[in-house]
Amino acid sequence: MSRRRVVVTGIGTVNPLGADTQTFWKNALNGTSGVGRITLFDTSGFGVKIGAEVPGFDPDEYMPRKVSRRLDRNSQFFWVATDQALRDAGIVYDEDDPEAERAGVVVGSGIGGIITMQETMDVLRARGPDRVSPVAITKIISNMAGGVVSIDFHLYGPNTTAVTACAASANAIGDATEIIRRGDADVMVAGGTEAGICELALSSFSQAKAISTRNDDPAAASRPFDADRDGFVMGEGAATLVLEEYDHAVAREADIYAEVLGYGMSADGYHITLPRPGGRGAARAMDHALADASLRPDEIDYINAHGTSTKANDATETAAIKTVFGDAAYTVPVSSTKSMTGHLLGGAGALESLVCVLAIRDGLVPPTINYETPDPECDLDYVPNTAREVDVDRAMTNSFGFGGHNVALVFGKP
Amino acid sequence: MERVEIESKLVDLLVEELGIERDNITMSAKFEEDLEVDSLGVVELLMALEDNFDVKIPDDEAEGITTVGEAVDIVSTKING
Repeated sequence: MSRRRVVVTGIGTVNPLGADTQTFWKNALNGTSGVGRITLFDTSGFGVKIGAEVPGFDPDEYMPRKVSRRLDRNSQFFWVATDQALRDAGIVYDEDDPEAERAGVVVGSGIGGIITMQETMDVLRARGPDRVSPVAITKIISNMAGGVVSIDFHLYGPNTTAVTACAASANAIGDATEIIRRGDADVMVAGGTEAGICELALSSFSQAKAISTRNDDPAAASRPFDADRDGFVMGEGAATLVLEEYDHAVAREADIYAEVLGYGMSADGYHITLPRPGGRGAARAMDHALADASLRPDEIDYINAHGTSTKANDATETAAIKTVFGDAAYTVPVSSTKSMTGHLLGGAGALESLVCVLAIRDGLVPPTINYETPDPECDLDYVPNTAREVDVDRAMTNSFGFGGHNVALVFGKP
Repeated sequence: MERVEIESKLVDLLVEELGIERDNITMSAKFEEDLEVDSLGVVELLMALEDNFDVKIPDDEAEGITTVGEAVDIVSTKING
């Protein structure tokens, strides 16, 4: 029996470049930076003062106040992206719809409701335990993003959460694909979200020397693969893909964006933050994804890189791509969405999957912006600064997370 | 504080803090049945009352509050004696 095929029939996003897919995609193709001075809190005393925020986000524009007030910003983002994606897919389940039991959710988030965690600790220390909100915990836990969309959009099938740091939402899409493949669901909402721009996360990332300190020129701070890169820029936002079993999508005459062809993962087993030098772990994830897709490396037309703009990631990822792709590494276009959006952490894999899907649909590859000075260790075609027309039949996206989690996904023309 | 003032402040609280529709709020409306305030919401409501009216409502007294009017009563008694 042949394997059940999984296709993408709906997409949605809210991120630093736009609060909807169309705005995001236009800005990404134009090479727009979403990075600026942080406004979400006062950065006095902080060495890092820049981030990529979702500008002017007001949850009450999208959902009832009764819903928004009990959600952390990260779940609010996911709610918005999921609402868009389900509308885009033309999927609406009534409360008693038996089909809803065949529709589930996998969400990825790196650090869940960390803003609420920080705010709640302030209340606890200042005012004592009986002033702590009864919904503090439910706002903090990473799975609530998936929980709340299952409640509000009536998705009663499998529901789980990946928390593999910056690989989380790539795992979410891969795991959701497997759930459909093995027959446990016909429709899966798969995506990721993050809202980590707060004192706690920024200070710790900063102490770990992972973040760019280019405060004087925020738009140039995220510069993956460039010789003068000095760390990633914290971003925030969410992206959701509606995945659907192929025959199910065809039967309801859904528009199909792309097919999920391959999912591979591995662990570095090396260090809590640093990638294994040489990128052997990352290479194995890409190998597994290609094998799962039954494709040769030279059949990939575009790689959406993890490309964080840290010294270590970009060199290691480049080495890993060369290990897997051989000579083809030098001809396949590779670009980093994070050059524009900053790093959405647990939301990144889903947003970058969305980019692959749109690149396939439109035959356009968004650029790596701020690429000015080549680094001898990064010697591939990074689609510098200007979007490019490329006939993309198949695209790969990489996601790597603290802890040594490596994930690769392959998407193809339907 | 005049009772009417407490009423108006409480209604604002229910709308702004708990996200309840203003049109549904009457003095006889029951929190759980009519206004769909769940068990977590009851705790949030009590915290909001304590913070905004600067009163202390012990658990045993809180159990007697089922309607908006009863919430006004207890706050009024606490403030005005």
